[in-house]
Amino acid sequence: MNRAKEKHAVGSDRYEIRLSGSGGQGLILAGVILAQAIGTIDGKNVVQSQSYGPEARGGASRADVVVSGDEIYYPKTMKLDLLLALTQEACDTYFRDMKETGTLIVDSNMVTQPPTQIYHGFPFIQLAKEEIGIAMVANVVSLGTICELTGIVSKKALIEVVKMRAPRGTEEKNMKALELGFKIAKEAKK
Amino acid sequence: MELKSDVIHQYLRPKKKFPHVWCSGCGLGVILGSMIRSIHSLDIPKDDVVVCSGIGCSSRLPVYVDFNTLHTTHGRAIAFATGVKVAKPRLKVIVVTGDGDCLAIGGNHFIHACRRNIDITVILANNWIYGMTGGQFSPTTPTEKFGSTAPYGNIEQPFNPCDLAISAGASYVARSTVYHVDQLDKMITGALNKRGFSVVEVLSNCHTYFGRLNKEGDPVTMLNYFKKHALPVQAWDKVPEEKRAGKFVTGLLHDVEKDEYCDNYEKLVERLQAKMESK
Amino acid sequence: MEKQVKLLQGNEACVEGAVMAGVRFFGGYPITPSTEIAEGMARRLPLLGGRFMQMEDEIASMASIIGASCAGAKSMTATSGPGFSLMQENLGYAYITETPCVIVNVQRGGPSTGLPTKVSQADTMQAGFGTHGDYRAIALAPSGVEEILYQTIEAVNLSEMYRTPVVLLLDEVTAHMREKVMIPSPEDVDVKQRRKPTVPPDWYKHFEISPTGVSPMAAFGDGYRFNITGLTHDQVGFPTAVSSEIVAMLDKLRDKIVKNAEDICDYELTEMDDDPKVAIVSYGIVARAAKQAVMMARDQRLKVGAVRPKTIWPLAVNRLRKLLKPVRKLIVAELNQGQLINMIKHHVDRRHTEIIPLQRYDGELITPAQILNKIKEVKHHGTQV
Repeated sequence: MNRAKEKHAVGSDRYEIRLSGSGGQGLILAGVILAQAIGTIDGKNVVQSQSYGPEARGGASRADVVVSGDEIYYPKTMKLDLLLALTQEACDTYFRDMKETGTLIVDSNMVTQPPTQIYHGFPFIQLAKEEIGIAMVANVVSLGTICELTGIVSKKALIEVVKMRAPRGTEEKNMKALELGFKIAKEAKK
Repeated sequence: MELKSDVIHQYLRPKKKFPHVWCSGCGLGVILGSMIRSIHSLDIPKDDVVVCSGIGCSSRLPVYVDFNTLHTTHGRAIAFATGVKVAKPRLKVIVVTGDGDCLAIGGNHFIHACRRNIDITVILANNWIYGMTGGQFSPTTPTEKFGSTAPYGNIEQPFNPCDLAISAGASYVARSTVYHVDQLDKMITGALNKRGFSVVEVLSNCHTYFGRLNKEGDPVTMLNYFKKHALPVQAWDKVPEEKRAGKFVTGLLHDVEKDEYCDNYEKLVERLQAKMESK
Repeated sequence: MEKQVKLLQGNEACVEGAVMAGVRFFGGYPITPSTEIAEGMARRLPLLGGRFMQMEDEIASMASIIGASCAGAKSMTATSGPGFSLMQENLGYAYITETPCVIVNVQRGGPSTGLPTKVSQADTMQAGFGTHGDYRAIALAPSGVEEILYQTIEAVNLSEMYRTPVVLLLDEVTAHMREKVMIPSPEDVDVKQRRKPTVPPDWYKHFEISPTGVSPMAAFGDGYRFNITGLTHDQVGFPTAVSSEIVAMLDKLRDKIVKNAEDICDYELTEMDDDPKVAIVSYGIVARAAKQAVMMARDQRLKVGAVRPKTIWPLAVNRLRKLLKPVRKLIVAELNQGQLINMIKHHVDRRHTEIIPLQRYDGELITPAQILNKIKEVKHHGTQV
């Protein structure tokens, strides 16, 4: 389960992340937040890209982030170290892009048929609705979880960028969402 | 009193590019003279005048005058002029164009410049035909008239350039002819004085093509046509509909005050900069 | 001022570069995937006292930036394939009138409407020979977000120095991906200005043949009253049909670029120091895959290198020939059916160097794995290299 983290602990390796789900779940913004935190605050190299086109309207949507301590040559993902899937469709589509040793994190309510036994499942959308009051912040909850589980981004950087990027008036809700993400991941690790 | 011809010579390029390209008797010479007299009467420094044109007989005019002159591509003069004006709003920007240049290939730029109400004066020489390419029908060729590409008579409906300019949002619209020279001077002077998009349509004779293909004769015959068929706007408003038939209205047709594009942009910049300073 | 680190999209980096280089007029028309440049300029320029205009089409956009440049402003537009095609006639006007301006073309799949949201390099030839007539173009081709910022500045500088339009060739991927950018402080940015005339107005020739090959340029309203025309003209700027004047004008357009090609064009080299006999030539985003593939190949002890022209037009031919001298097998990788490869074939001695195409034009990137496979294929065929 922690293989991805160990690999990352080496430091300079390339680490590839895909945040996927359906359009409107805020995954592109989540990708930008993650990239900004890792790139501008944690000080690693980072490339963020996304799929454009009709799929951005309700179909499968994705944001990719490539992280490395060294110069990043090829900017797109080749084999994923981490896949976050908030829908079954996204999980089915992108699972085959993962490394065998990769980490899969899914929304356990949405992805009812995970393609593997080895994965982390959290009810991100339900928790966002119940504990924060809006389903929209599920993307931020999942960022917190990614941070806690993989260590690919520092908590400090993530907190700073979520604060910066949150629309005015929603800072508090977003910070709560992030803390919730940290918490559920920590509990799962026990 | 200064002779009008002396005035004109002060504004022609010292290294004259004469003889000009126009046929003898062409109305474009009258338009050239009228434009110069109008600029002179307003005392606009030569250095501050930009004359911009596209392609066609009328568009050869800028090369003869001692201003900043920009002879551009077919139909695009207004778009070039827009860039000049917005980058340096203190300049007086004039576009000299023809019916094909302005209303066919350049029609889109024309209506959008009207809509923006940018401070540019368009002098539109309308001779109902493409002269430079040899007499093809244009967007203003009257129905049933002949052109080299309308050998059996034109089946299309013509534009009324003034109506088009008014409905697209120009703030000053006038029509005159190369026969009514005093009126033409007044109309162009008024247009140059207007803060906003101003259009002066000048009916001009192309005896070489329009006159010949339509058997309407030499320059004098065509000028006589303008003389007989022009009805000043004051009279036009008074005569009954049936008496307007076959005639066209001249004079100042439209003159309204409205926000000008460069002024609005300047206000926007001032507003933003004040906001930044207060921060 | 402290250096700022920002996560920027390629198109956003282009806006930053343009603003730093002194662009104060932008005329454009919305088109995917370049629109973020127009949006960025619409936000930034009025704050700086500059002017952003959304024109009625790309023809007018191109016309407006030439007009603004004639009035003395550094000007720019941004577009993609269909819009770039519409700009071609007025782009030719900018070449013949030697008017500085920058045209950003964010390449997408074509022809026609093609693939608006997919990556392509199929405008490579158009960037060099898109408009009619004889002229030489400058086209820069960055391969990453930070480089977009610097090459935008370079594009503006080159246009001012050589009095010519400069094309900045981006693509859908570099334009939309986000990378970390060190924003330079203004004092660290070398900003060039066009040379102004020093002669009195009576002596001024807008197209004077000068020892540098580039004429000083007055702006409208500076007190130099001159004529600019898209007709073939003499040095003063009046139309001409005199044989010697026609030839002089056309030679000037050619020579100011060709004679300075070695200065204008630059290459990025990857693992070329040990004279590899197999190499990859590619530009823009494809060069990122090539670099990755070279690293992967070197890990497998395959001696391979990569050359990336940062400027597609003109190529520095002498330097390219020298660089490729030891190379026996040259893979030319590009996102089209073969455009860069023709230029390379033209310049490389094919008795010594075999040229092998690697092309992809389905709207997706060439991957490092594809290039690595090609390297292995090439290595295992023919002579031992």
